[in-house]
Amino acid sequence: MTVTARPIPLDDIESLAIGAWILGTGGGGSPYLGLLNMRRIYADGGQVLLMDPFDLADDDDVAVVSNMGAPLVGQERLTDSRTIARAVEIMERYQGRRFRAVMSLEIGGGNAIQPLMAAAHLGIPVVDADCMGRAFPEAQMTSFAIGDLQPWPLSLADCRGEEAIVARVTTWKWMERVSRKICVEVGSVASTCKAPRTGAEVKRWGIHHTTTKAIGIGRAVREAQRRHADPIAAILEHEGGLRIFAGKVSDVARRTTEGFLRGTATIEGLDGDRGARMEIAFQNEWAVAWRDGVPVVTTPDLICVLNAVTGEAIGTETLRYGQRVAVVALPAPPVLMTPKGLEHVGPRAFGYDIEFRSVFAEPVQGQA
Amino acid sequence: MRRIGIDVGGTNTDAVLIAGNAVVRSVKAATTADVTGGILTALQALSRFPEVTAQPVDAVMIGTTHFINAVVQGRHLNRVGALRIGLPSGATLPPFCDWPPALADLVRGEVAMVEGGHDYDGRPFMPLDRAAIAAAARRFADAGLKAVAIAAVFAPIDPSCETEAAAIVRDAIPDAAVTCSHELGRIGLLERENAALMNAALAELARETVAAFEAAIAESGLQAPLYITQNDGTVMLAAHAMRQPVLSFASGATNSMRGAAFLSGIADAMVIDVGGTTTDIGQLRHGFPREANGVVEVGGVRTLFRMPDLLSIGLGGGSHVEAGGDAVGPLSVGHRLTSEALIFGGSRLTTSDVAVAAGLLDLGDRTRVAAIDPAVVARTLARAHAMVEENVDRMKTDAAPLPLIAVGGGAFLVPETVAGISRVVRVPHGDCANAVGAAIAQVSGEIDQVFQGMGRADAVAAATTLAQERAVAAGADAATLQTIEVEDIPLAYLPGNALRVRVRVVGDIAAAGAA
Repeated sequence: MTVTARPIPLDDIESLAIGAWILGTGGGGSPYLGLLNMRRIYADGGQVLLMDPFDLADDDDVAVVSNMGAPLVGQERLTDSRTIARAVEIMERYQGRRFRAVMSLEIGGGNAIQPLMAAAHLGIPVVDADCMGRAFPEAQMTSFAIGDLQPWPLSLADCRGEEAIVARVTTWKWMERVSRKICVEVGSVASTCKAPRTGAEVKRWGIHHTTTKAIGIGRAVREAQRRHADPIAAILEHEGGLRIFAGKVSDVARRTTEGFLRGTATIEGLDGDRGARMEIAFQNEWAVAWRDGVPVVTTPDLICVLNAVTGEAIGTETLRYGQRVAVVALPAPPVLMTPKGLEHVGPRAFGYDIEFRSVFAEPVQGQA
Repeated sequence: MRRIGIDVGGTNTDAVLIAGNAVVRSVKAATTADVTGGILTALQALSRFPEVTAQPVDAVMIGTTHFINAVVQGRHLNRVGALRIGLPSGATLPPFCDWPPALADLVRGEVAMVEGGHDYDGRPFMPLDRAAIAAAARRFADAGLKAVAIAAVFAPIDPSCETEAAAIVRDAIPDAAVTCSHELGRIGLLERENAALMNAALAELARETVAAFEAAIAESGLQAPLYITQNDGTVMLAAHAMRQPVLSFASGATNSMRGAAFLSGIADAMVIDVGGTTTDIGQLRHGFPREANGVVEVGGVRTLFRMPDLLSIGLGGGSHVEAGGDAVGPLSVGHRLTSEALIFGGSRLTTSDVAVAAGLLDLGDRTRVAAIDPAVVARTLARAHAMVEENVDRMKTDAAPLPLIAVGGGAFLVPETVAGISRVVRVPHGDCANAVGAAIAQVSGEIDQVFQGMGRADAVAAATTLAQERAVAAGADAATLQTIEVEDIPLAYLPGNALRVRVRVVGDIAAAGAA
């Protein structure tokens, strides 16, 4: 079979790390350690190919990978680039067949880089797609789950050599519960290969060309930084995004419930937003933003809180009192905004009794 | 208590004597290439005042940029043996993996990675491979390495792997300078390990420099213990600081802000330090500088040092004035002010010339600036005031008005009223605020740890006790300890309501003989 797949230059992976962190919408974990792993792999002569999802044959097998666990643990038990490849190999042994390619579960955060590490060790290409188009906290919050595709099996590996298969579950939510338990038991960090997908499923239900999109965002930020131009304006122009708010973080309230980081950040307005206040609620990722008590952006629209000067993303775990930030909204993939999609990832899926209306559906109220 | 504070800056070495709560004398000397010469000159100048020599001095505190300059310039660094404990995790990201190659080539001696370390909840991650550590130590010894950095996975939670490895290394290299990462940093293995590697690379320089400081003090006739000031505005005994030079990296800026707090008697304020070329703006909380968030790069290496959060802008007493007063800085005549500014017979219009023309400053020959158009004077001051106002607001984290303490030789550029500021405070000895800050430094203790299975109040109480124990071990008087920072972050995905708690306490230096 001849398939067009282009090599990803290392400079694009540098851009991917910045773009993916922005698409992480506050969660997903920093891509920095993944980037370091890729620098080493390329320094040793490795290279990764990126293929278009529409070049997949309908019966190709595609591995969907992600690192699972607490970002804090990942800061100590540093990611070994081979562990994610082992998760894929465990699945290949279990299923008795080889994968044609590997793809990311979520393009937002560190999981944007995981398939590149797996691909480098396995010698197969990365599919230019994911199934979130951003980051989300739970297993049922994917386009594959929205499409009611089969949630099992799942393979899991930790760096010590612990291995597990979740052979069968009845729902995506059960997959979330069972796999989370195993992950916590091995130290709250593990590499996983999710339920394998066929080429046809990826073409029908995948969120396409998101690796290219993240690289583009990162490149726009880096070029603006080099030219001493406004990197936030560059992101908005590149993605058709909206500048929602500018201000200083005046309070961050965090609490852990059911194993997630939940809370609210309060931002006092500066510049054109002086006198106004924005509150943003999060469950690992930013979920709903209110301006003076009125909801203005809600999930699945992407809410990104960025360093006002560098344009780089700030995570919900690292946001701190006093930081100067820009809040921007980026458009969500259409599949997330369908009625079935909103059941999985709309405001009510996060416990907010708010009707979803995209901030991109009409001009933002109160903005010139 | 009588204390001498010394700040070794790029241009000047300032020294002050403080008795109780009053500044007795302050002097300035030129900084010398060897650092020590300037200190000796300053101490000798100070000793010429009878009120300085009348009574003994209890302590000498030195703040210096010597160690950070060594890293930034890649000079005077020694090679290091790097021991990472935590295999099989992180095997593809070995020590030095994110260092700039040139600096890594200077510092990297031997690298060894072995099994061991802990999990976030204190369970062992892997059994400690003592045989592999002994083999690594022999390899370091064979390579002639005298400095070793040890970093273990989750050492801030449980340091036992690092301390045990340090003992094994000392068996093989009895005179080794061993740095354990848990003594320097928080959660974040790579950044903490980088700090340990950098610290080990400064081992020889630190030993020589501290010995030279002590020699300078002995030569000046003083008989007082020597302390080195740290990034966070506290001090360590020189003997201890010699082992942890990285903790004194940013002490100059910190001392300036702490000195401003002391001289003004205000603990919560914005501080603006206007020098000749740049202006530093920071915020005091409880008398200490607010710290920068997260990662700080030093010489291109990511670390998690405790550094003050400062905004530096190109405005100072030597700033060029262009465009009829509409453009001020960032270019500056710097230390050439006394030859290039109009008031000193030069040909460059500077902010100092404008200030003299406006009657804000008495410096040089004011007849040389009599002909400056008053409109230019007005526009220049308006521009400088706007820069001050905008950048003070950038650094301010509260909506409520705060006082602004103006220090430094260029403080005349700070207007009397600033938006968001309750009042502008000017203080005597403001031009030596940095040396004053060194003289009044305290001792701190800090803990950053994950707690599980207890409520928030109990976790904070447990962390506070641990921080207090560390402060006393570092030389603090237990009776004076106060908690100045408490931060807690619940951890996503970890079970049992896991909470990461960071607590910092400070206290006065315990009187001699009490420690």
